Amino acid sequence: PFKRYVEIGRVALVNYGKDYGRLVVIVDVIDQNRALVDAPDMVRTQMNFKRLSLTDITIDIKRVPKKKTLIAAMEAADVKNKWENSSWGRKLIVQKRRASLNDFDRFKLMLAKIKRAGVVRQELAKLKKQGAA
Amino acid sequence: MVTYKFHQYQVVGRALPSETDEHPKIYRMKLWATNEVRAKSKFWYFLRKLKKVKKSNGQMLAINEIFEKSPTKIKNYGIWLRYQSRTGYHNMYKEYRDTTLNGAVEQMYTEMASRHRVRHHCIQIIKTATIPAKLCKRESTKQFHNSKIKFPLVHRTVRPPTRKLKTTYKASRPNLFM
Repeated sequence: PFKRYVEIGRVALVNYGKDYGRLVVIVDVIDQNRALVDAPDMVRTQMNFKRLSLTDITIDIKRVPKKKTLIAAMEAADVKNKWENSSWGRKLIVQKRRASLNDFDRFKLMLAKIKRAGVVRQELAKLKKQGAA
Repeated sequence: MVTYKFHQYQVVGRALPSETDEHPKIYRMKLWATNEVRAKSKFWYFLRKLKKVKKSNGQMLAINEIFEKSPTKIKNYGIWLRYQSRTGYHNMYKEYRDTTLNGAVEQMYTEMASRHRVRHHCIQIIKTATIPAKLCKRESTKQFHNSKIKFPLVHRTVRPPTRKLKTTYKASRPNLFM
């Protein structure tokens, strides 16, 4: 019934607070509600599980590894690529891109959408004619 | 870093020198208080109970805050305390797992308030120590002494990422499965 467990090496996404949107690795469990969490570009801190969303990715580390071992293990498990190719990761990238569009980009987007809709409607008209005939 | 309410201070003081006692003994205490002023006051409170000296005939020599040596290492803390309940004074020994001693002490105060309705001014900390895993007494701390610990998060509550995005009504019921 459960597929994602809190365990040492589980990669999680921070979903609340200062580090929102960061991918972190659970490096140790403090108690029922808190974990010691680490990422290559931040100081090791404690976080409440309420602020973490577990992902499917795990890496192979021992309890509380040194920063160098952690980075090496993350490279070995290829966390960055696995995350960016996963559907969850791709959705987040798209969201970020959409939020960072400037007005010219939104104009270009509008033209592209109109063009795509035009092509779809042409195909639909062809199919309708075939169906009627 | 979480902001802790209780800070640990080292307070050093002695009685004022007099004709009978040129060099009075210097006493040092490690206490928990919310600020330095409170720490100094607590120091005289405890010293009065141990020696015949008051703030009016004593002097404070030093007060320094003690910071956590290794805030990224998880430790098991044992806290011995003396608290006043509605019917009398009792001693207690409690264990906490935390990264810093201030965090463990804060956990202790909140737990005493919730479990025994003891307010923080009725609690005196006798002793604190970091306990190695072998010597922990409580099952609730010992259950985390497992290098291959693994458990699922059973109930997932979806929260908006900032308080600004909080709404009273939602369009659909939340999915609680992780």
